[in-house]
Amino acid sequence: MSTDYSPTELMICIAARLMKEARTAFIGTGIPMLAAALAKKLYNPDLIAIFEFGGIGASLEDLPRAVGEARTFYRAMVATGICDVMETAQRGLIEYGFLGGAQIDPYGNLNTTVIGPHDKPKVRLPGSGGANDVGSLCWRTIAIMKHEKKRFVEKVDFITTPGYLDGPGARERAGLPAETGPYRVVTDLALLGYDEETKRMMLLATHPGVTVEKVLENTGFELIIPKKVAQNEPPSADELRVLRTEVDPGRLYI
Amino acid sequence: MEIIESGQKELLQPPDVEEFRRWLRENKSPALRDKVMDEHEAVKRFIKDGDYIGVELYGTVRCPMSVIRELVRQGKKHLRFAGQGLLELDFPLAAGLVDAMDITYVGYEVMGLSHILRRAAESGRIKLVEWSNAAMSWRFKAAAMGVPFIPVRSMLGTDTLKYSSAKVVKDPFTGIHVTLLPALILDVGIIHVHRADKYGNAQIDGISGFAFEMARASKRLIISTEELISTEEIQRYPERTIIPWFLVDAVVVAPFGSHPGEMCYCYERDQEHLVEFLKASETEETTQQYLQKYVYGPKNHQEYLDLIGRDRLEALKRANKGR
Repeated sequence: MSTDYSPTELMICIAARLMKEARTAFIGTGIPMLAAALAKKLYNPDLIAIFEFGGIGASLEDLPRAVGEARTFYRAMVATGICDVMETAQRGLIEYGFLGGAQIDPYGNLNTTVIGPHDKPKVRLPGSGGANDVGSLCWRTIAIMKHEKKRFVEKVDFITTPGYLDGPGARERAGLPAETGPYRVVTDLALLGYDEETKRMMLLATHPGVTVEKVLENTGFELIIPKKVAQNEPPSADELRVLRTEVDPGRLYI
Repeated sequence: MEIIESGQKELLQPPDVEEFRRWLRENKSPALRDKVMDEHEAVKRFIKDGDYIGVELYGTVRCPMSVIRELVRQGKKHLRFAGQGLLELDFPLAAGLVDAMDITYVGYEVMGLSHILRRAAESGRIKLVEWSNAAMSWRFKAAAMGVPFIPVRSMLGTDTLKYSSAKVVKDPFTGIHVTLLPALILDVGIIHVHRADKYGNAQIDGISGFAFEMARASKRLIISTEELISTEEIQRYPERTIIPWFLVDAVVVAPFGSHPGEMCYCYERDQEHLVEFLKASETEETTQQYLQKYVYGPKNHQEYLDLIGRDRLEALKRANKGR
């Protein structure tokens, strides 16, 4: 056990542990790439990482810096195209999808398009990219983001990617594939999930040294706090070693 | 079919498949013509002011940057773009050549947001219509199929749909709601490939992105290639031809054509140059200085490569891991 780690490293380790059981995971840019590489090296060598522009089953020997670059299909099983990958998700063959976002609401809806009105935004963000597709078509989505009040908001400025929309049954009513939706949120403070009944975000476990109060202080909406909140284990020495020396030795992200 | 919801944004390019058929019949030829030309001629002949343009794959990955730089040099105006990318969109945006985009993603992934897109969008200078990444490729797929729309299960229930020009309908077979994406027929498609012959038969190594679909959704198609190979070589491996000659209007030979992006199995991305560009893009003034130095300054692709320097390019080649 080590206490010498950064919040980003902790997020990566928590996300990697979520991939222990995963068979297939749609990997977005950034932290999900590190988490997938760490999971593959430490917990789940059979994990099939899928990248939107066509890489399926890469070795993840070197850390990708872009979802289309050669490292997303280096020593992979398949190098195909975006339609094939997205259609594979649409047929229900991709289990987990990992996403980031600028804002998230209690139903797990994500915004990566604009802060402010669409036609005259305060901040123009990149747009959906593959996020909307991942959030629509994978069975379970996991969001990874910084835990701040301005990011965890009652209502996102723009629903780029669907979570549970406005509550139970809303995804199905909209026509999204049945039994899909947000599963976990990994932040630098906690691990969160969703209440089965209301589909609203719920605290599952806090990170070492983080109190429930601190999570609440940094959440801009009413968060469900269950009777029992677990404590996440800090990164193990093994996790940190592999992360620092094998996953990201160039310190691109960490 | 019952329409449940309509995206409120304007359709930037009509999915007129009848016109597309007629246009292809009149303008495409199976004749084996030598189509090799330089960037200058390809852009001059096949891109007009007001055109709707698509570029494949994207900024840091197998991207026809030499053709993009020439497009900016020639200052083609009032362009509309399929907006999925990085520098290939930022350059024309920064040069003030773009009126509207069907946007799915313009940004630098882990390196951050596009300052140039931010300035264009936040000032309200440019019209933006939202889509998902799969949606854009599926729109090309519909055009490639020659049909006016394609039903999919993305974008439902979101503002991405609301700010698009897609429609949601009740599927007459199953009763579920599906998104109808209008076919996206490009005036011009520009694709960078690993190898092509002089007629335009093209091969791509590694992931194929949306090259297959986009090539077939384009009226005019400009191919730039790392290497020109013989037609005999093409015929030895016909299954590798992802783009057939009869779709292609121009073949531009552009070694290091994807710089500062990468070309899988050939050369790495030029991270240093990307950082330099991103830094420059932070302000309007330094962006223009960058364009002056790297786009307007060199007269052609060779001069650009000379400016980057042989040593640097060779180092990018050596850094590549191969297969």
